[in-house]
Amino acid sequence: MTADIRTRRSPLDGWAERLAELAPAVEVAERPFRTHVTLRLRDAGRAAAVSAVLGVELPRTPCTFTRGDGPHGPVEVAWLGPDEYLVLAEPGLQRTLESALRQAIGDASGAVIDVSAQRTTLTLSGPKARDLLAHGCAIDLHPSVSPSGTCVQALLAQSGIVLLVRDADAGEFTVLVRASFAIYLATWLLDAGVEYREYREVPV
Amino acid sequence: MSADFRLPSGGRIDRDTRLRFTFNGQSLAGRKGDTLASALLANGLHQVTTSIKYGRPRGIMAAGVEEPNALVQVAEPFSEPMLTATTVELCDGLVADGLVGHGRLDTEPDTARYDAKHAHCDVLVVGAGPAGLAAALTAARAGSRVVLVDDQNEAGGSLLGRDDYLDERSSDAWVCDVIAELAAAPDVLLLDRTTAFGAYQDGFVLALQRRTDDLGFDAPRHVSRHRIWRIRAKQTVIATGAHERPIVFSDNDRPGIMLAGAARTYLHRYGVQVGRRIGVFTTNDSAYHAAIELAEAGMDVPVLIDARHTVPPKLSAECATRGIDVYPGHVVTGTEGQERLTDVHIRSITGGHADTVVCDTLLVSGGWNPAVHLFSQLGGSLRYAPELGAYVPGESLSSARVAGSAAGAIELMACIEQGAEAGRAAVTAAGFRPAAEIPVPFADARADEAAATVLWRVPGSENAEEDTQFVDLQRDVTVSDVTRATGAGLESLEHVKRYTTIGTAHDQGKTSGMLAAAIVAEELGADLADRRPTTFRPPYTSVSFAALGGRDRGELYDPIRVTALHDWHVAHGAEFEDVGQWKRARHYPRQGEDMHAAVLRECRAAREGVALMDGSTLGKIDLQGPDAAELLDMLYTNMMSTLKVGRIRYGVMCGIDGMVIDDGTVIRLADDHFLLTTTTGNAAMVLDWIEEWLQTEWPHLRVFATSVTEHWVTVPLVGPKSRDVLAAVAPDLDVSNDAFGFMTWQDAVLDVADGIPARICRISFSGELAYEINVNAWDGLALWEALINAGEPYGITPYGTETMHVLRAEKGYPIVGQDTDGTVTPQDLGMSWAVSKKKADFIGKRSFSRAENLRPDRKQLVGLVPADPTVLLPEGAHIIESDHLPEPPVRMLGHVTSSYDSAALGRTFALALLRSGRDRIGEKLYAPVDDQLVPVTVTETVLYDKEGARRDG
Repeated sequence: MTADIRTRRSPLDGWAERLAELAPAVEVAERPFRTHVTLRLRDAGRAAAVSAVLGVELPRTPCTFTRGDGPHGPVEVAWLGPDEYLVLAEPGLQRTLESALRQAIGDASGAVIDVSAQRTTLTLSGPKARDLLAHGCAIDLHPSVSPSGTCVQALLAQSGIVLLVRDADAGEFTVLVRASFAIYLATWLLDAGVEYREYREVPV
Repeated sequence: MSADFRLPSGGRIDRDTRLRFTFNGQSLAGRKGDTLASALLANGLHQVTTSIKYGRPRGIMAAGVEEPNALVQVAEPFSEPMLTATTVELCDGLVADGLVGHGRLDTEPDTARYDAKHAHCDVLVVGAGPAGLAAALTAARAGSRVVLVDDQNEAGGSLLGRDDYLDERSSDAWVCDVIAELAAAPDVLLLDRTTAFGAYQDGFVLALQRRTDDLGFDAPRHVSRHRIWRIRAKQTVIATGAHERPIVFSDNDRPGIMLAGAARTYLHRYGVQVGRRIGVFTTNDSAYHAAIELAEAGMDVPVLIDARHTVPPKLSAECATRGIDVYPGHVVTGTEGQERLTDVHIRSITGGHADTVVCDTLLVSGGWNPAVHLFSQLGGSLRYAPELGAYVPGESLSSARVAGSAAGAIELMACIEQGAEAGRAAVTAAGFRPAAEIPVPFADARADEAAATVLWRVPGSENAEEDTQFVDLQRDVTVSDVTRATGAGLESLEHVKRYTTIGTAHDQGKTSGMLAAAIVAEELGADLADRRPTTFRPPYTSVSFAALGGRDRGELYDPIRVTALHDWHVAHGAEFEDVGQWKRARHYPRQGEDMHAAVLRECRAAREGVALMDGSTLGKIDLQGPDAAELLDMLYTNMMSTLKVGRIRYGVMCGIDGMVIDDGTVIRLADDHFLLTTTTGNAAMVLDWIEEWLQTEWPHLRVFATSVTEHWVTVPLVGPKSRDVLAAVAPDLDVSNDAFGFMTWQDAVLDVADGIPARICRISFSGELAYEINVNAWDGLALWEALINAGEPYGITPYGTETMHVLRAEKGYPIVGQDTDGTVTPQDLGMSWAVSKKKADFIGKRSFSRAENLRPDRKQLVGLVPADPTVLLPEGAHIIESDHLPEPPVRMLGHVTSSYDSAALGRTFALALLRSGRDRIGEKLYAPVDDQLVPVTVTETVLYDKEGARRDG
C-alpha cells in the first residue's frame, strides 16, 4: 500500500507561485517527495554490486556526483564523504531502493537509510541563478572550478545545503535543503532575488 | 557668504546637471559628479565644523578617506550619522550638517536594503589608479579571472582629470581604453565605489560597495544600498596609492589649510579653485606641480615655501615664470585667521629672514605615506624608508604584492611599471602564463628633480600655554600632548596612542599616525627604523553595521526552523517559543485564556482524557552496523546491548567528566540497527559527539550514524484515552497492553488516506498511557488531522511545550539543560539506576569514582512544595535555611530549576538542585519571592502517581 500523494504535504507546499516571481532571471521550483537514500559503504569491493543495482557508478572523486539511467530510472549519486553517498531518485522508490541497496552491500560494512523526507529538492536555473547563489554561498561556482557534476555541502545564507551542479555552462543547479530550513531558505531566495526580478532577457 | 569658485571649464563633473543641497542650513548648489566637499569648496566654503575639544574652526583638508576634519551628519536623502564630506557623493536634495566629533544614530529604523555577494578570482587588484590598472590589464590579458575594486566613482586614481599624456593619448583616454578592455573581458569584475576594507588569511578580502548613494532620492528601493563583497583571490595586488602627509606647525588647523595633492584633485576632478590667493609649503617636488597647475588655472600663487635648501631647478624656473616666489630653506611658523586663513608667517630655517604672506589658502605637503593598510592587515611587515619619511612594505608575501605609490613609488611611470610587474608576477603565481609584455605608456608629466626632505614639525608653540601644533586634528591632540605622554615615561607607540587618543578617530590616523610615530621617536631620541609602527587592523574605513548585517535581519536574522505541522499550529492560535532555531508551539490559548489557564486546561486533558503534541523537533539518529550495540554501551551510562529487538530503553549520556550531556530513548529495530532520540537542542551535538568518538577513538567499530530528525514527524499521543484514539486510526494494530506493552514499538499502517506507514512507540514523558507516533514528515499533517478527528469524541486537546514541561515535572523527569547545567551527574538526578555497575567501561564512568563526585553534599535534584499552594517560585530562585536573610555571605543551598502550577496536584510545585537534597527531604527551607522569603518543603522528585499506576492506562 502506498500513501496517497494528495494527502502529502511538502515543506514548500504553497510556495510555487511566490518562487515563480523570480523568473525569468532565476527559475526556482521545488521538486517534492523525491527519493533520497543515504548509503554508507566502507567496503570498496561492493561498489560494483551497488552500481549494478543503481545503474550508475558510485562517485569516486570527492565533491562530485554521478548520474545515469538504471533499473530504477534516472538516478544521481552524490559523494558526501569518504564512505557516504546520497542516492537521489524519482519519488516513491525509497522502499525498493532501500532493500535493493541493502541486498547489494550484503554483510559488508555499510548502511542504508531512507532519508527522503529529511530534505526537499529545489532546482535553480536561469541566467541569474549563479548570481543568486553567490549572494549566500561561498563556493566558487565558476564552470572552470565547479564543472557539471560538482556536488558540495555548504551554507546557503545560514542554512546547510547539498548543492549539485547539473549543468555548469547553462547555470543549472539542484539544492537539497533540510525540511525545517526550507521556508527560511525560500524566504531568503525571494529576498536575495529582489534585484533580479527586474531582469529581462535582452534580445540579441 | 558663498561665492563661485568653480572654474569655467575642466573637471569631470557634469556641468549641465545642477544639484541643490543644504549644508548647515544654507541652500547651495553643486554639480553632478561633485563630492559634498568639492561642492562646498566651489561655493567658497572651507569651514565644515568646529573641533571636538577646543571648538576651533575646522575645514576641508583632504579629498578622500584620509580627511581628518570634515565630518558631517547627513539627514537627507538617507540618514547617516558620521561621514566625511570628502567621500559623500553629492545628490539633489542632500541635507547635511557639520559634525563636532560625535554622530547621532537615527532613531528611525533603517529601511534600506543591504546585501553581500561572494566573488572568486585569480587576481584581485585593489585600486584602479595607474598601478592598479596596469596590474589588472596584465592579469586579464593572461586570461585569468580578475576582480578590480576602486573606492572612487570612476577608475583612474591620480590620473583623473589630469592633462598629462600617456603616449599619444590623454591620461583620461588611456584610463577609458584600459577600462573598456577590462570590461569586455569575460572574467573580469569591475567594482567602482568599492572600498576594500579588510584583508585576511588565504586571500580573503572584504570590500564595501556603495551602490545607490549617488542616486539620492532616486535610489531604487529594491536595490541594495550597500553590498559587502566577500572576495577570495589566489593573488592580490595592492595598488592603494598614498596619503599625503601634513607638516605640524603652530595654528596648522585653520580652514583654508589643506593638503597640496587635495587641491590638485579639486582642480582636476571638480574644476574647483580651492582659494583666490594660495601659499604652498612643501618638503618635496610634488607640491610644485600643485603650485604650477593652480597658477595655470588662474589662481594667484604668491609663494612656495620649501623646507629644502636645494630646490628643483626646472620646477623652480617654471614657478618663476608664473610669478610664484620660491623660498628655499624656509618654513611656515604660524598662521592667522578665524573662520578662514588670512595670513601665513614664514621664516628662514637658518634664522634671519621672516615674513608674513597674505593668503586665504595654504597647501601643505610633508611627503607621502604609502597606503600599506591592507598589506599590514595581511601580516606583512613594514620597513621605515628614511628617504620618504614613511613606512613601506618590508617584505614580499607569497600571495599579495604591493605596487605603485602604495609601495613608495613617486613618479607616474614607475607606478605603471610596478603595476604591470605586480600583475605579471601575480598572474604567474596564480598559474597563468602572462601574455606578451604589456607596453608601458610613456608619461609626459613633469618629473621630480630634487630629493625630498623629511620634516615632521616646525618648532613653535609647544611651550605656550595653549599649544596649537595639532598632530591629530580630529582628536584635537597636539605636540604637547605627545610630549606629555613621552614625558610620563610612555615609549611604545601603542601606549602613546591610547594615552593621547591619537589615531583613534574615524580616520584611524591616516594623516596623523606617521607624524605621531616620528615625534615620539624624536622625543625618545630613537631611530624610526628601529621602532615598530602601530598595527593596521580592519576596517580600513568605517563600515556600518547595517552593511555587515546584510540580509540577516528581521525574519532572516537567524533561520527559523519549523516542523511539518507548523501551519496547523499557527492556524489554531498557538503561541510559540524558541528552542534553539526551532519554533515550537508553547500552548494553544483559547479565547480569553492566558498561558496559565491554557496550560492548566491542556494538562488536565492529558491526565484525564487525551492530548497530543508536536514532538517532531526531537533529535533522531539512525545507527546501523554490527558494532552498534557496543557503541551504545559506551555512549550511554546504562546497558543498551541487552535491549531486545522490538523494545525501547531510556538512556543517559555523560561527558568524560561524568556530567549529564543528554538523554533520550533507544529503540532497537534489529540486531544491528537502532534509532536514538535526543533532546531538541542537542540533536546536532549528539551526532557530532558520536562521530568524534567513532572517528578519533574507535575507528574499528563498524557503525554508521545518520541524522533522520527531519525525516520523521513525531506526535506524542497522551492520556487515558490515547489507546482508544490510537485504535481508531490503527485498526489493524492490537493496542492492548499485553500485545503492545510499555517501552515497546510496533510498525503499523494507519487508516489514514490510503494508508500511512507509521512507527509507534509506547513511551511516556508524562506518566500517562502514551504513544509516540512517527510518520514520514510528508504525512505528518494527515496523521495529525486524523488524530484530531479520531479524538474528537474524547475531547482531544493539542498541547504545547509548556504543558509538556509541567507533566514531566510532576513525574520528576528532568530536562537536560533546564534541570541540569553541565555540573550534574546521573546520581545527582537520582538516576543511579541508569548507571550500569556491570559494564567494564563507558564514557564518564571513571569520573563517578572521583572524590568530588562522591561528596554527600553535592547538589541533588529534589521536589519543592511551597507552604502556600498558590505561590509560584521563580525559576532560578536561591534556597536558604533561615526564614530571614542573615548577614552576608548568605549560605545558598541550591536553586529552583523548574517551577509550575499543577492542575493534577491542585497547587504549585518546583524542582530544585539542593545541597544534600535527598537527605533534606521533609525539611522546611526558604526561597525568596519578590521581597518575601517563603517557606517550602523538600520532597521526592515524583509528586504525581508515585506508584506509576497510570502508565498502562
